[in-house]
Order: sequence, then structure tokens, then C-alpha cells
Amino acid sequence: MATFNLKINGKTQTVDVDGATPMLWVLRDHLQMVGTKFGCGIAQCGACTVHLGDNAVRSCQLPVSAVGEQEITTIEGLSEHGDHPVQKAWLEVDVPQCGYCQAGQIMTASALLKHNPNPTDDEIASAMHGNICRCGTYTRIKKAVKIAAENNS
Amino acid sequence: MTLVKSTLGRRAFIRNTGLAGGGLVLGFSFFNSCKPKVAEAVGMELEMPKEWFEINGYLKIGDNGVVTIMSPNPEIGQNVRTSMPMIVADELEIDWKNVVVEQAPLNTNLYSWQVAGGSRSISSSWQNLRMAGATARQMLKEAAAKAWQVPASEITAIAGVLSHEASGNTAGYGDMASAAAQLEVPEQVELKEITDFSIIGTTRKNVDGKKIVTGKPLFGLDVQREGMLIAGLVHPPAFGKRLKSFNADAAMGMPGIKEVFSLKLYEDDFDKMAFHFTAFNEVLVVVGESTWQVFQAKKAIEVEWEDAPDVTQKMSMFGNQMEVKHPAGMENSEGHMSKLKELIARNAKVARKDGNPEKAFKNAAKIVERSYSCPFLAHNTMEPMNFFAHVTEDHAELLGPTQTPEWMEPAVAERLGLPLEKVDIQMTRQGGGFGRRLYGHFMVEVAAISQRMKAPVKLVYTREDDMTQGIYRPAYYATYRAALDADNNLIGFHVRAGGIPESPLFANRFPAGAIDNYLAEDFTVDTNITTGAFRAPRSNFIAGAEQSFLDELAEEMGKDPIDFRLELLKRAEENPVGNPESNDYDASRYAGVLELVREKANWGQNQEGIHRGVSAYFCHQSYVAQVLDIVMEGDKPVVEKVTAAIDCGIVVNPGAAANLSEGGAVDGIGHAMYSGLTFKDGSAEQTNFDRYRLIRHAEAPKAIETHFVKNDIDPTGMGEPPFPPIMGALANALYKATGRRYYNQPFITDKPPLVG
Repeated sequence: MATFNLKINGKTQTVDVDGATPMLWVLRDHLQMVGTKFGCGIAQCGACTVHLGDNAVRSCQLPVSAVGEQEITTIEGLSEHGDHPVQKAWLEVDVPQCGYCQAGQIMTASALLKHNPNPTDDEIASAMHGNICRCGTYTRIKKAVKIAAENNS
Repeated sequence: MTLVKSTLGRRAFIRNTGLAGGGLVLGFSFFNSCKPKVAEAVGMELEMPKEWFEINGYLKIGDNGVVTIMSPNPEIGQNVRTSMPMIVADELEIDWKNVVVEQAPLNTNLYSWQVAGGSRSISSSWQNLRMAGATARQMLKEAAAKAWQVPASEITAIAGVLSHEASGNTAGYGDMASAAAQLEVPEQVELKEITDFSIIGTTRKNVDGKKIVTGKPLFGLDVQREGMLIAGLVHPPAFGKRLKSFNADAAMGMPGIKEVFSLKLYEDDFDKMAFHFTAFNEVLVVVGESTWQVFQAKKAIEVEWEDAPDVTQKMSMFGNQMEVKHPAGMENSEGHMSKLKELIARNAKVARKDGNPEKAFKNAAKIVERSYSCPFLAHNTMEPMNFFAHVTEDHAELLGPTQTPEWMEPAVAERLGLPLEKVDIQMTRQGGGFGRRLYGHFMVEVAAISQRMKAPVKLVYTREDDMTQGIYRPAYYATYRAALDADNNLIGFHVRAGGIPESPLFANRFPAGAIDNYLAEDFTVDTNITTGAFRAPRSNFIAGAEQSFLDELAEEMGKDPIDFRLELLKRAEENPVGNPESNDYDASRYAGVLELVREKANWGQNQEGIHRGVSAYFCHQSYVAQVLDIVMEGDKPVVEKVTAAIDCGIVVNPGAAANLSEGGAVDGIGHAMYSGLTFKDGSAEQTNFDRYRLIRHAEAPKAIETHFVKNDIDPTGMGEPPFPPIMGALANALYKATGRRYYNQPFITDKPPLVG
């Protein structure tokens, strides 16, 4: 066990855990931030996506000891009032079915738009490739990403 | 208005006006929090009333006019938490923006069919939901009539406001709620005319949308409680194996680990329902403080497994006793396929026979024969199996994702030795169902673990646990034959279908009733790999096989595939073969969706580079036709567009229904094209998404368009019907695009391999 001071959603959070513990479980079990989802545990489904700095990463494969000073943003911290352009677009298109994967989809999409504010359809498909939606809302996700890009520009 | 006798049980009207802030029907809240003062209603915040008045089990009205509507059924992504309350709200005559939705707990006295299965949520509760709203509207009118001393029949109720034109009186529902709650329940209620619906038939967005996109706790896996422990399971690594012995010393020494023990779930004589079933009745349990610690400790247990003997499981399905044989041994996928091919001829039993098919085939000028297959599939809900339980000496509280709370309650009670009324089950929003959560053994597991640990416990499966635990979509195999005369007329039709361990055949569905000489046979193969219902059970294979065969047959006969189907349907409608009652489908509605999709997809107008396939199917009382367009990018087929036409009766929430149509198309293309679970020595060869391929963004259709048939028929299934037929449309479009037919799912591995 070791103490880690983590910068999460603009606040410093202190946890006392084994350094190998993935950020996913630090968030969910130790900080009660359950918006980041467990799907596969091997970085294949994208349900656990968070931002490490400006990049989308799979928190199930990110040991807490590797985070250091880097800023983590989770779905809870993407915007203060749930009004990030991507979140708004998701509501406008009414994307979710079961909704379980959507936090991860939104985190990947918002990281994409940070780096590439006007992605093409192929760029969207390629960036979102690591996020599985078992309900099959892919066409709505693509539409929402495009709306978010338009509203953001 | 339509006057109907109120058939809601009297117990649906137990009222409790003395209790403020909740009444009898209690919702649950996460983190043990108090009832919020402000609730989120349909995407915006609403001021909560000082007092609630419960009118019936489906709704309560606040003194400020805000209405809470209970959503009785499990929410697995089919959007019933929005669509079911919409039906109540429409009949109640309340503005949708003043509605708060709460998930109802399991309550068999108040609600019927609290099941997410068979695409029956809306259809089975349609009358009750309408009546709940209409009854409350009537009681509010009567309360106002009493207060104003005017006849109730002269009072109108519109958007939460009661008015009496002659006297000029008006009042909000909140003003009359207290008085209405004291009234006798009317014997008869007036339902609205369909043309007067103002909420039903309009798109209303997901009531949980805001919570989903902001990461609020909603799902079973999100449940947190003071003092809650985490449990994980270790089950045998192969079907055909069972626990022999284990050594948990190393695991017990790991940080946070409380206990490791073996758990026998059911006693041998327990009278099981099919939905209670588990492949592995004895498992190892690890209990600890946090999920990651438990997952690590699971790997540290030294276990010895041994071969399990032949087992015959006795179980019941809705009162029918059945025996399921699980032969000993470790099975392989190659063995499965050769057994299917070997037993199809030997074990086939006649399920339906019309005319003289033997003679038709004997006299045929040409016989077309094709065989189709599909592998086992894992449901792979994105949220792995999990459940929370807190069991004390005389009470059990369960909370989590289940499609069948009602059917699991007796198994939980029996396992705990508690009477049924001491077991309370509540449902969270669920990260997918697809049939997997019909089988709630995990609820019994977590209840037994909590009872032993004397603590609140959340059981969490890893993805690997989930994918290797069984309850798969069965593997199926079918051979279709058609007899053509010298003039290329269809004179005989023969389908022989089977599976491991069940047959996918629906002998009385189309094209039964449309062909004079018809023979349908089925067969089964025993296995110890456990299977269960998977979105549109059996249809999810046989639709694609049948619709591919009809496509090939149409080509052989030189006919347009839609015209060919319409000709058969015309025959079935005008002069059905056999007893018309024995045909499961309505030929005119079937034809209706084909005609609609033909029009909307501009079928027949060939476009350069676009390769089209069509398919249509009937299941869960609904009709779906789809046209799928493929373009070739190099040697890679890309699904450009899907156009769907659906007849599911009255569409309650068109936007949500379109979402299900889109999801069904993506799901069907994904599974037919990419997914499969194979076995080696009894073990699933795919245990996570690195080897189990699910459809991803770039592989989904670029566009999906859905058109609904407009009619006044009471709603029928919507969650399952769009899934099965698309597999046929895909195979048929692939043929046009590549010049070859695909018979064996997943098509990506059908020989020679597809690129992509």
C-alpha cells in the first residue's frame, strides 16, 4: 500500500492503495466515482475511458502508480453542469440505449475533438474504434460527434 | 372515448394518503441518500411537492401538480423507463414535463409481467398502464365535481388542469390530488380514443439521458453501501469439469481478502425453474474489501478440477416439467459440427407436413438444396453480471440488474430459507440484457454469500467469468430444399433444422401456408454447454437462413426477391395451405412491410456500385423488412445503408423505437459477420474482447433509416424483431457484391475468407 495524490477533475484526491491498482478501480471503489465503467479489464472495450492530460486512455490498464502529476478527467468532470458540447450533442441525438458504454464513448469523442475539431466520418470511426457499443448506437454516436464538432467550431 | 371495465386488481389501489414523501411504493436511491428535494424530470429539474398522494400503484400526484409515474419493468436499453410512463401520462392527461419517473420494485401484487423478455413489456402492460392513467384522471374529475358541486361528466382534464366551463372553475391536479386519493376506485373508466393521444406516438427522449451522459450512478455495478464487501467467483475452466479440491492459503494472505470458500448453489432436489439454472452449481467464492483485490486473489487460489459425470437436470418452464441432459466429456467445435451434420438426417422428426412433399420432390425437374449454420454466441452485455444483496436473519434486500426479478425471487427465498415476503428485489438500470439476465443465478449466489458473510455484498463477474459461464445462444444448423417443376414453379419445400441443444425451427411460420407440399422437421443434439435465450431466440438464426434460401430460390426461378415473397404471401392470404389457424403470421401485414420497404428504399432502381439485399421476418408479433446496401471498397464490403420497414402496431415512442431498429440492424450485422464462440476441450476459446469479435464503429452501417407502418393495432414487440431478418439481408447483399453466397456464420470466417 502507498499513498497517491491524484489530480482528478481539478481537485487533489489522496488514496492509499497498492500501486498496481488500475485507475478504474481507484475511481470506482476508493473515490466512489462510478461514472467510469468496467467492461473488459483488458483495454478492448473502451467503457473505462478517461482523459490523462488531453488524451483518451483506458483506465483499466493505467496503474495508479503511473499517473504521477498528470491531470485526470473523468465523465463526472468533463463539464460542471453536463453541458460539454459532446454531452449536449449526445442528448440532442438521444444516443443511448442501455447507456453503459456511453461515458467511455463521450470521453473518447471529447478527446478526439480536442485534437481534431472537425473530424471526417473516417476519422471519427477510426478514433472511436476502441469503444464497443453492444446495443449498436454507432450511427447515433457518429451523428452526435459531428453535431458537437459543428457546435464547437 | 372507449368505456372499459377497470381490470386493475384492487390491490393496485391500496392508497396511503397519510404518508408524505413516498407513500407505499418506495423507490431506491444510491448511496443510501435521502429523497431529493429536487428531482430530475425529463431532463430538467423540478421542484418536489411537500406532499405526495398515491392514486394507484402506478402513480402519485404531488400537491404542486408534479406526477411520479412508476416504471414497472426492467430497463435493459429498450427504453421502457420512458415509454411505459408515457402511456400512463397520456391517459392521465398530464404535461410530460411535469412527470418524474421512478423504477418500481418487484411487486407481484401491483404489477404483472415485470420481465424484460419476449419483447412483451409494452404489449403485456398496455391496458394496465392506460387504465392506471385513465382511472386517476377519472378520480381527479370526480374530486373536482364534488368540490364544485357539478357533474363530473362536464369537467374536462387537459394537461394537468381540470376545468368546468359553465361555472368557470379550474384547478390543477395538485389541488385535487388529496381529495381524489380518498375516493372509491371507479368501476369503469374511459380510455382515450387513439386519435386523441398526445404523448403516445410522439418522440420523448430517454428520461435517464442526462444522468447517463454525466456519469451518475445508475447501474448495478455502481451500487455502493456502507460496509459493503465485494465478492468474486471462480468456476470450472471447462464444461464437463467440476470442483475437486482447493487451497486458498495464498489468496487468504493477500491484502483486503476476508474469506475464500466453496459455495453449492442449489440442493440436488431443489425444484428449479429453467431461469434458475447455472452450469456450475459449485463454485469458489472470494470475498474482500475492493474489486481489484478480489480479482487478484481469485488468480491465487490453487484449484484441482475433476471430470463431471453425466447429469440430467430436472426443471420446469411455466409449469411444464422438462429434463435436460448434460452428457459427460469435454466438447469441441469440430465435433459439434460433425454431430449436427450426422444427426440431421438420422434424428429429424416431423413438425408439420402439408400435401405430399415426398411426391413433389420425386417429380421435381430441379431440386435446390442449401445448408446453413451458426456458432454459439455469448450475450456479452457491456455491464458484466453483478448483483448486490444484504441479507440479515429475517430479511433479504437485493438490488441490481435482472430481467426476471419475479421468477428469481422464489429461488432466492428457497436458498436463504426465508419466506417470499421477506425477500425484496429492486432493479437498477441495466447495462444490456439480450436475454442473459433472464438467468439470475448470480442473484442467488450473492444472496447466499451475503447470508454467510452477515454483511452487504456486491458480487462482480469479470468479463472472462461472464463469457465462459455458459447460457449461450445455441449453435444451429439447417438444410433447406425446394422442388421446382419443368416450368420453374415451386412445387415443394422442405426445411430440416436442429441445434445444440435446441432446434431453431418455427414450423408454422412463413413460408408454411404458402406452399402446397411443405415439410418441416427438427432435431436436437445434447451438450453439457449451457444455453439460453438470446435476443429473438431461434429466430436469430432461422430468419437469416430462410431469407437467404428464399433469395437464392427467387434467383433460380428468375423472379425479383420481393415479388417472389409477395406472391407467396398472396397465396397464404387468399388460399392458405392447411388449417389457416395453424399459420402463425398475418400474411397481409407481412406483405405490408415488404411493400413499404420496397417503396422507401426505391427498390428496383439500380444504382452503380450499390449491391442490395432484402429480407423480411415475423417474430414477437411484429413484422420487419429490411433492405441492406453494400458498396465494395477494394475487396472490402462496406454496409452503406439499411432501410427498415416495421409493423409493430401503435408505436409508443417513435424515436426510441427507431433506436431499437438501428441497434437491431447493427447487432444482427455484427453477429452474422464477426462473432462466434468456439470450444476446445470443453473451454470457450474466446474469453474476452481481444478474441471475441464484436462489431465496432467502422463496421456499422453508415446510415440506417426506419419507417413504421401506421395502424391502430395494440403495440407488439419491438426489442427483438429488427434483429433476425438483417442477417438474411446481409447475406443476400454480400452475394450481389461478391458473387458468392455465405452460408456459415460468422461470414468473416466462411470459406474462402472475406477480407475486412
